[in-house]
Amino acid sequence: MTVPTSTDVDAAGEAVRGEELERLRAEVAVWRARYAAGELRDIAFVNSDGPVDPVFTALDASPDVATLGLPGTFPFTRGIHPTGYRGRLWTMRQFAGFGSAADTNARYKFLLERGQTGLSVAFDFPTLMGYDSDHPRAAGEVGKCGVAISSLADMERLFEGIPLGDVSTSMTINGPAIILFAFYVAAAERQGVPAARLRGTIQNDILKEYMAQHAWVFPVEPALRLVVDCFEWAAEHAPKWNTISISGYHIREAGSTAPQELAFTLANAFAYVEHGLARGLAVDTFAPQLSFFWDVHNDFFEEVAKMRAARRIWARHLRERYGARDPRSWMMRFHCQTAGVTLTAQQPLNNIARVAYQAMAAAFGGAQSLHTNSMDETLALPTETAVEVALRTQQILAYETGVANVADPLGGSYYVEALTDRLEAGAEAQFVEIARAGGVVRAIETGWFQRRIAEAAARHQWDLEQRRRITVGVNAFTTEDAGTTIPTLLVSESTAAEQTARLSALRSARDGARADAALGALTAAARSDRNIFPALLDAARAECTLFEIRSAMEVVFGTYREPIFF
Amino acid sequence: MPRPIRVLVAKPGLDGHDRGAKVVAAALRDAGMEVIYTGLHQTPEMIATAAVQEDVDVVGLSILSGAHMTLFPRVRELLHVAGRDDILLTGGGIIPQSDMEALQRTGVGRLFGPGTSTGDLVRYIREWFAERQPQDA
Repeated sequence: MTVPTSTDVDAAGEAVRGEELERLRAEVAVWRARYAAGELRDIAFVNSDGPVDPVFTALDASPDVATLGLPGTFPFTRGIHPTGYRGRLWTMRQFAGFGSAADTNARYKFLLERGQTGLSVAFDFPTLMGYDSDHPRAAGEVGKCGVAISSLADMERLFEGIPLGDVSTSMTINGPAIILFAFYVAAAERQGVPAARLRGTIQNDILKEYMAQHAWVFPVEPALRLVVDCFEWAAEHAPKWNTISISGYHIREAGSTAPQELAFTLANAFAYVEHGLARGLAVDTFAPQLSFFWDVHNDFFEEVAKMRAARRIWARHLRERYGARDPRSWMMRFHCQTAGVTLTAQQPLNNIARVAYQAMAAAFGGAQSLHTNSMDETLALPTETAVEVALRTQQILAYETGVANVADPLGGSYYVEALTDRLEAGAEAQFVEIARAGGVVRAIETGWFQRRIAEAAARHQWDLEQRRRITVGVNAFTTEDAGTTIPTLLVSESTAAEQTARLSALRSARDGARADAALGALTAAARSDRNIFPALLDAARAECTLFEIRSAMEVVFGTYREPIFF
Repeated sequence: MPRPIRVLVAKPGLDGHDRGAKVVAAALRDAGMEVIYTGLHQTPEMIATAAVQEDVDVVGLSILSGAHMTLFPRVRELLHVAGRDDILLTGGGIIPQSDMEALQRTGVGRLFGPGTSTGDLVRYIREWFAERQPQDA
């Protein structure tokens, strides 16, 4: 008897595997005939993109170690941390904001007391568009959909009693992101916290605003310059800050499919990388501070596969296409939010169950941070009770279900691996299409993305009306008294008047000459090739208001005009 | 052959959520109506002016921002000032039932919430039009 060499063992293994695949092929053929003869329920078996195969086997997916890696190894299909969630759980971060800074400050304290581990600021529409609360265009909208922040003083009130050196804060702000970031850095300064200690994120993803969420201010090219100014300034001064949260969420909520969300978002991400490189920044100086934000929608496995594919695509492109050498540049870190668009006004308590399933998909997908929607969010901003249930949903998931024990628990599932591969291949094909359409910026200007998103939304609505897709309580299992059965939050109507009074007091109390000088310097910086952030920080410190700052930049940059179609 | 119903679909205020407005605009167009979509971030003045210039029968506002109690009455008032009380002002979005009822008492038409079938909108507008324009129906 001779001892087998490793080559013999490999050859023997190949032969066994070949035989097994042959047997599997034969069995699949038999199964296929039986499936074809079976009776199926009268419903469409689809995910967000189209029909789904009825079963998956090793013939559909047999990933190798180079494609999958292990948790914490390239290409990070199985997650970015070697410890999965054992080292660090996802951050529980409820998006919150309404009324005045003081109203929202109280909500933050309520959430922190109940075990929330990060903050997330929802601004009102005037703030999102760069208007002060007392601007005529703000009429009726102050404090309604988020908190009204018009100045450094408002930002300070928002975080009163919350040490900015100890908490991480995410701010959903895009068109005027760099202005609100300056308010935040200046507010931290007044608390004695240097920028180098700040942890958190500004969304700052202007490309998807033009595509989907539509809270823009400036035209595309100057807006991209501001984004890169953030990359450059924060790389040196605020290295723990995420300078952008490249977001699929809004693209998906506007109606896209999961494959479109994945491809469009990553195409945007590559555009940001290329703009950073064009500035002359080395990729490894800014890429580790780029973060992502995915929607977690209803189709459980598709969502998990989307997140796995996203990590792999990012890692491969950053290493191979952009030459990044720092592993932190390869790692896609992301926030998730459950899909607002899946919530129903009918039978609203059902939303608790929807959110719980979606949250579980985020955990299986390896999210770093999660917002769970409250049951009442199709009716109004959430009440304390509703947001507490949403937060508890995450805590139950993290501490009771066992999902946090094992990294990438669906890794190796034929279905999930096949979907991951297909989503990756589909995204690569979309990147080619987008390049053919002239690249991201050109395709935004021609409405290429916007048209595809609107078409997908119309198709989804049609599927619902044809009952090809079921929404419980809306087009199936309906009841007569399905309307509002839960209490909803009423936002105080006095916020606008209070804000107006505060703003006029601020304008008369501040050093007017200093404010004027800061705004003049800001306009000059906007005209120059210099990084604009130091001038913005000076304007914030000089108590200039959001709209004043916006205006000082707008004289140079102009405003964005959208292509209109439906 | 009756003339087609002309509808202006508008997004007033700063709210950028236009999925609903675009789905509705496409559905009304597919139902044979002539649809004009304003685009985003319109003031009530811009909307009323467009409604008069385009000589529409119906104005549909989509509001998800909570600003409905300011924006619907303002558009209603501007249409009244322009002498166009005959235009149906309807719409939808995230609007509590009690606010819908309060707005209807001030001359706003039916308002529609999340989960509405576009078929219901088409039926509502057609029935309103048939009642208002018996000579055309």
